[in-house]
Order: sequence, then C-alpha cells, then structure tokens
Amino acid sequence: MFPFLTILVAVPAVGAALLWALPASARGRAREIALAVTGLELALFAVMALQFDKSDAGAFQFSEVYSWIPQIGTSWALGVNGLGLLMIALSVILTPLAILAAWREDKDESRRRHYMALILLSLAFMVGIFAARDVFLFYVLFEAMLIPLYFMIGGFGGVQRRYAAVKFLLYSLAGGLIMLVAVVALYFVGPGGEQAFLTDNLTGIDLPVTTERLMFLAFFLAFAIKAPMVPLHTWLPDVAESARAGTTALLVAVLDKIGTFGMITLCLALFPEAARWAAPVIIVLAVISVIYGALLAIGQRNMFRLVAFTSVSHFGVMVLGIFAFQVTSMEGAAFYMFNHGLSTGALFLLVGFLVSRYGTADVDAYGGLQKVMPVFAGTFLVVGLSALSLPGLSPFVSEIMVFIGAYPVAAAAVIVSAVSVVLAALYILLTYKSVFTGPVRADLGEARELTLRERLVTWPLVGLMLLLGFLPGIAIDYLSAPAADAVAQVTIEEAGA
Amino acid sequence: MTFVTPEIAWAPLAPILIVLVAASAAILIEAFIRTPATRRIVQLAVALIALVGALGTAAVQWALLEGAGTVVMDGMITVDRQALAWQSMILVFGVLGMILFAARTRAGEEAFTPLGSTAPGSIEETLARRKGLQLTEVFPLGLFAVGGMMLFTSVTDYIFLFVALEVFSLPLYILVALSRRRRLLSQEGALKYFLLGAFSSAIFLFGAALVYGATAHTSYSAVAYAMELGGANDALLVTGAVLIVAGLLFKIGAVPFHSWTPDAYQGAPTPVTAFMAAATKAAATAALLRIMYTSLHPLEWELSWLFWAAAIASMALGTVLALVQTDVKRMLAYSSVAHAGFILVAFAGLEGEALSALPFYLLAYGLASIGAFAVVTQVRERTEDGSVGAEAVRLGQWAGLGKRSPLLAGAMSLFLLSFAGIPLTAGFVGKFEAFSAAIAGGGWPLVLIAVIASAVAAFFYVRLVVLMFLTDVPDGAEDDIAVEDSPLARLVIWVTAVATVLLGILPAGVLGLFEDAAVLLVSLGA
Repeated sequence: MFPFLTILVAVPAVGAALLWALPASARGRAREIALAVTGLELALFAVMALQFDKSDAGAFQFSEVYSWIPQIGTSWALGVNGLGLLMIALSVILTPLAILAAWREDKDESRRRHYMALILLSLAFMVGIFAARDVFLFYVLFEAMLIPLYFMIGGFGGVQRRYAAVKFLLYSLAGGLIMLVAVVALYFVGPGGEQAFLTDNLTGIDLPVTTERLMFLAFFLAFAIKAPMVPLHTWLPDVAESARAGTTALLVAVLDKIGTFGMITLCLALFPEAARWAAPVIIVLAVISVIYGALLAIGQRNMFRLVAFTSVSHFGVMVLGIFAFQVTSMEGAAFYMFNHGLSTGALFLLVGFLVSRYGTADVDAYGGLQKVMPVFAGTFLVVGLSALSLPGLSPFVSEIMVFIGAYPVAAAAVIVSAVSVVLAALYILLTYKSVFTGPVRADLGEARELTLRERLVTWPLVGLMLLLGFLPGIAIDYLSAPAADAVAQVTIEEAGA
Repeated sequence: MTFVTPEIAWAPLAPILIVLVAASAAILIEAFIRTPATRRIVQLAVALIALVGALGTAAVQWALLEGAGTVVMDGMITVDRQALAWQSMILVFGVLGMILFAARTRAGEEAFTPLGSTAPGSIEETLARRKGLQLTEVFPLGLFAVGGMMLFTSVTDYIFLFVALEVFSLPLYILVALSRRRRLLSQEGALKYFLLGAFSSAIFLFGAALVYGATAHTSYSAVAYAMELGGANDALLVTGAVLIVAGLLFKIGAVPFHSWTPDAYQGAPTPVTAFMAAATKAAATAALLRIMYTSLHPLEWELSWLFWAAAIASMALGTVLALVQTDVKRMLAYSSVAHAGFILVAFAGLEGEALSALPFYLLAYGLASIGAFAVVTQVRERTEDGSVGAEAVRLGQWAGLGKRSPLLAGAMSLFLLSFAGIPLTAGFVGKFEAFSAAIAGGGWPLVLIAVIASAVAAFFYVRLVVLMFLTDVPDGAEDDIAVEDSPLARLVIWVTAVATVLLGILPAGVLGLFEDAAVLLVSLGA
C-alpha cells in the first residue's frame, strides 16, 4: 500500500528543510517554492482522497504502523477516517492560501524565507496530528507544533507579538504537560508492550473510575486550551491581535480544531465513562463560551480581537455538539469544524487585507468603504454572513445540525446557545455597517480594490462555503460513520451498564 | 601474619585502568616535553586516544560479559552492564569535554590561565601570558576526573566509594580555579566548591562509619544482607543511610546541597563547567542508583521522604531561582538544580524502570549541557580596542544572536528545548522515561509537581530563545559582541546537537542498550 499519509507529512517537512538550506542565490524564490510544495501536497492529497472508500468512512484507512520506540510502546501509526480526512483537507487547502496571503508581507528576503518554512513545518505537524493513531505520536506532534507556531507568532506581526507568543506558549505548554502525565499513565493502565500507545489497543480498557476521570480531565484540559473554551481562551484574542493575519487564520481555522478533534478521537474513545460523567459540566461551560464569546465580540473595536471572540463562541457550539452525544449533533460539530475553518479563516484573511491597506484593525477608523471597494465589501459581507450562519452557506447547516441534534438531551443549553445566532448578527452586521457603509472617510486615503491575489485567496473559500451550503451531503457522507462510531463508543457501554 | 595475594580480574577493570594509566603517563609528559605547543598537542592526543580506547574496551567488555557481571577485588568493585553503560557515557562526555578543553579562540586564547599559581592581575601573570605559557595539566587532571568517575559508578563498597569520590573531586576543584578571565570569580567558585565538597565528603564518610557501626560491614550487599537479617541498630542505620545519601545529593546538586552549583558553574572555565555539569551528575546518579538498589533498599520506606523532599525542593528552588538569573551560566546552573530534582523524581518507589530511564535522562541532559556551554564559549565580548574579550554571559548580551549567527543560536535553542523537554528532542524522551519510572513506583504526585515545574522552567529557557531570535540587537551595541568560530568548539556543538535530535527522534537503539544494562549484579532483594 502506498504510504500516502507519511508522504503527506514528509513533503512539507522536507520543503521546510529545503527552504532553510536554500543557497543564497535562490533565496528570493522562497515564496514560489513554498507555494509549489503546498501545491504538490494538495495534489497528493487529492489523489489520496479519491481512493478513500466513502462507504466505509468510519474505518481508518491508509493505515501505516511502524514500530518507533518499542521500549516505550510507541509506533509511527497513521490512518484517517472521514473526519481525519476532512481535517487534513482543511489543512492542505488553507495553507497555500495563507502563503498567498503573506506574499507581500515581508520586504526582507530572509524573514520571508523563514516565515514560509515555518508555515510548511506547521503543515507537516497538522497533517501528522490529524492522522496520528498513536497517542504518544499525537502528543509529540501536538507539543512540537508549538515551536513553529511560537516563532510565527513571536517573529512576525504587531508590537505586542512577543507578549502574545509567550502567553500562547505558556498556556499551551501547561495544558500539554498535564496531558503528558495522563499519556505516561496510559502506558501503565493499558495493555503495555510494543504497541502500548496505539489507540486501537487503548479503547475499551477497564479503568478504575477515579483514574479514568483524572486522565480524562488531563486530556480535556489540554484540548480545552487549544479549542479556546472559556475560561481558558484568553490567549487567543491577544494572539489574534498581534500575530499576522495568515498565522491567525491557520491557527484558528485549523490548529485550534485539534482541540475538538482530540476531544472526539481521544477523550471520548479512551475515557467514555468519564466523558459521560463530565458532560453536564462541559456543556454548561460550552454554553457559557457561546454566549460570553459572542457578547465580548460585540464589545470589541479591534477586528482581529472581534473575530477571535466569535471563534470562542463558535467553538462553544462545537463542544456542545460533541458532548451532547447524539449522532446528529456530533455530525454537526464535525462538519462545523470544517466550515468554521473556511469562514473564520476567510474572515481573518480579509481583515488582514484591510489592515495591510490602512494599517489598523480598529473598526472606528473605517467608514463607507463599500462605495470605493465594492468587491471587497461584497466578499466581506458573504464571509461575514457565513459566520452568522446564513442559510445557503455551509456553517448554517452544521450549526443547525448541532442544535437539532442536541435539543432532545440538552434543550436548555440549545435554547440559550441559539441566542448566539442573534448576537452573531449584531457583531457581524454592526461591524459591516461601521466599516463599509455610510459616507467615505476622507482620511482613509486612496482605496485599493481586492487584488487578483487576494481574490485567489478568499474566493475559493467562499466557493466551498456555497457548495457545501447547498450540497452538504458531499462532506457529511464522510462524517456520518465516524460520528456514529464516536457516539456509539460513549453510549453503548452505558446501555450495557 | 600471612598475606593472601588477592585474585584480581584485571580485564573487567581495563577501561578504568586505561584512563588512569594514561593520566599518570600524561603527568610524565608534562615533565618531559618542554615546548608548550607540542606538549599541548601530545596531551590532547594522549587523552583522546586513552578515552576512545577505554570506550572501545568497555564495548568489548560489554560483549564478553557473561551473566550479570563480574565481582572484582573481593566485592570492592562490580563490573556489570549497568556500570559499563555509565562508564561509556562518562567516557563520551570526557571526549567531548577534552575537545572543548583544547578549543581556542581565533586569537589563540584558551580557556585556562597560563599559570595557575600566579595571582590575578599580577606581573607574573602578564609575564606568563607574554611568554606563551600554557596550562596543559588540565588534560591529565581531566583524565583523573574521568577515571575517578568511572570507578565511582562501579564501586560496591562504602569505603572504596569514598576513595573514588576524592579521585574525581580533587582534580575538579583545581580545574574550576583555572579560568583565564575573571580569575577571582573562578578562584572563589573553586574555593566554595572545595570547602563544601570536603564538607560533603565528611558527611558521607560519617554516614558510612555509622552504617559500619550498625552492621559491621562496608560492602553494599553485606550491608543490605545485615539489614534484612534485622537486629541492627535502626537509629544508627537510618542516620548513617541518610548521611550517605546526603553526601551523594551534594554531587548531584540537589537542594539543600546545591549552593556550590551557581558559583562553581559560573566561575569555572566554561569547558570545565560543560564537562562537570554532564559527567559529575551522571557519575553521582549512577552511584546513588547502585546504592539504593543494592544496599539501602531495605530502608526504602525510611528514605523515601528524603528523596521526595529533595526532589520537590530542587525542582521548586532551581526553577524559581533560574527565573531571576541574569547570567547565562548561573541560569544553566540553577536549571541543573531543577534537573537534579527531575532525576530524583525517578527514584520514587525504586522501580526497575528507573535503571534504564536514568541513564537515558543523564545522557540527554549531559549532551545538551555540554552543547549549551560550548555555545557559551563562542559568544564573546569585544573589548574597547576591538579585540575579542571574555565570554558574554549577561543575558542581555545575547539579544539578536539569531541574526548574527543563526546556526549557533539555532543549536543553543535546540539544547534549551531539550532541557525544557519539548518533543522531538532527547530531553523529552528522557523526561518521559523518568516520569514513567516515577509513575510506576506510585509517585504520580511527584510527577505532577515535576510537570508544573517543567512548565515554569520552559519560561526561562524560552526567554533566552526569545532574546536570541525575536529581539533585535540593541542600537549602538552592534559591535559589542563577537561570535567566535573555534573549529573544535564547533565540532562539539554539532556533535551534541545532532545527537540531541537523533536521540529525540530515534531513541530506540540507545534505549534498548540501556534496557539491556538495567541489570545490577547484586540487586533488589538478592
């Protein structure tokens, strides 16, 4: 069997190494090389996706298992089900767009080369994480990913970027290290041996109740920091405000999904009893995230912070969908993970384009842009509407699936959360109003319409949102079986008990 | 009175003997070769040949070893795989250390003072410098230290352990005092190291005497046997055991016996700091492991509070004090105190896992330490007349190093990430192994504290990375720093960097070796 997944990890990693080792004469071509590498990655992924057996989307396909460090029972084990496939799709689609978005950001060739290499390196980690079938491997990549991200945040962006990078690192590291204790403990409670960390070998093991709950909490804490949940979200707005738009787009659109992805693939699968035990509290926290994030978003004057807070709100919806343990809500949450990546990614990039023109993300500094930049305004509006879940755009489908699915078991939570849709209309439309409508601000200077490059960055995302908005089945076919399996893992045992 | 000629199995001792004989020969070389330049090259060659030869011999011993090992000299020394593994590690550190000893700056300046007996700033010192004198005694001294440490890892008798302790400590006391620059600081560090070291030796010896008083034995296994038989004076025994462990905790650099570390690390010539940081900790850990597993294990319950307390205190104090340091060498010294805490975490419960986990941990830590201090030797201040001066050890001086010398700063970051235990570096695998051993022994609360300490510790490691890569060179300070490119130091840096990555990504082979080595000839319950 062709080792698709290993190659998908290797290609961007080698690309990054190549960029760093580039001879001085070729350094000016770093952007083109990075784009070519992600193009190759996308093509390889497409070939793989075509061979994915959709009728068996719940099973892990393209499996590869090689012994890695037998002494501690870890393997280089990769494999994807429909959910993993979709998350990798999101990664390989967004990365070239982030590279395009950063095309003109750096004047300095050496800085540009570093940034491109860091993006490629984080792509390698993203693919690896979404494909990892070994808890130790997952953990290693999960932590190692912090390094490129740290440098992307701390090295490229606004004045506060170093503060933001350190805050990001400390939050993530603290979560990760607590997870490490549980990872080590897994070795001792699991079957042991040379494949002690394969998730397949770890599911369904019997654990003492307290042990299982503590371990679940350790994992969940790490993931809740990553998928910024109130009250562990405070690093995100700071990062969003300070980092470069492309970095934040990748971070929020893809990397933060590792949090929700980990909840589904590790927390639920390994600790079903503890997941059920914790679900009520988690749902309450999720609802708080939904409302609190939305309310704070309304109050933000900085557009990056605003989008960051909307994400806190949307991640709350995903977590609600996951911990309601209903097939439909789980499907919705998984689908939302993909759609939120499209819409928030596009939103961050658009704000970034605006900032690259006028140098500020402050809402109050703008006014009336729709008269001078109609295409820009139109694109922003469509993307913004997707963030407030307008029917016809894909986030709507996923959000409604979460709400419908979760209603029978958590009616109150759904009713309260649904208020966020109204709040979303407020923060998106108010922002649109003050930035794009009204009289054109004279002090803004000459307007530049969305350039070809910028259209190439944002319109594919809009296209995908429309496509999946009208034909959600394309994606949901991949998600139904994994979602059903995830729910079954948690609930079957309950029926038996 | 008749003497019985002891039967000595010489072959298993060969690695140690090679090093000690070479050290003695090196002293003769010192006397007979008059030209400093030739002498230096010969000394370096002898040292490296001896160390590599000993390494080869140790490998042969390993292959030839039948069963668990060999008892030599009536139980004074035991050569088993565990001992050979530690000896090989110390030899590797020795090779890297010696290369660093020999490294010189572009201007031909070495790390050691030309004449140790001169007073700092005196006319004699200037004269010695002008005459081109060189202190080549450092090579035999280093060899004696390596030989003593090797002995330290395989001794199985309390009195003989004391001898080995002094064999490797005395050369180190001298080496610490020989820095070429900042000589007062160096001598102060050495004095402090010597006084506290002598103090700890006395404590250790007192402990050994008490244990002898309680059991009438000095051999590890005999002491354990006597304890298991019962009837020994418990108060005497426990007091003795505590004092013995305290003596070794001093060498590991654990709180509250750590106070020499920052001064000795800061004052010593940086190549010596590199060697000392890596090898002393390894040797002391090896001895502590052997003592705990073969001799004092019946007292596990009575001693566990000591390990827990020392581990927690070391992690907490080392981390917190490292946070406030403004000197790179002092920061690394306090970080080594925190690492002493992590090492002690693995002792929770005395599980078999620790026997394979700790060698890997010390190997990872030692490689990163040698690498990091080697980097320190390369970053220099520029004096007013434009020549290259002392090492730039103030943290602020490292700002923007990533721009001046990206590869050097990259290597340093790698070592720091390894210290912090970030995945894909050797330090992570080491930490994972040590924590596993602790959890296996029921020490998960300790692991939890260790994890919190790691998270805090990451802050000061990362702070240096930030300084190097994300901070610009301060305006007007562009010419204050000169980056050396001594080939020998670079060699050490690249070797340790590659090893740190390799052991982080593909540790299976080395882990396997250490797992094979996790056999003590006389072990728990034997």
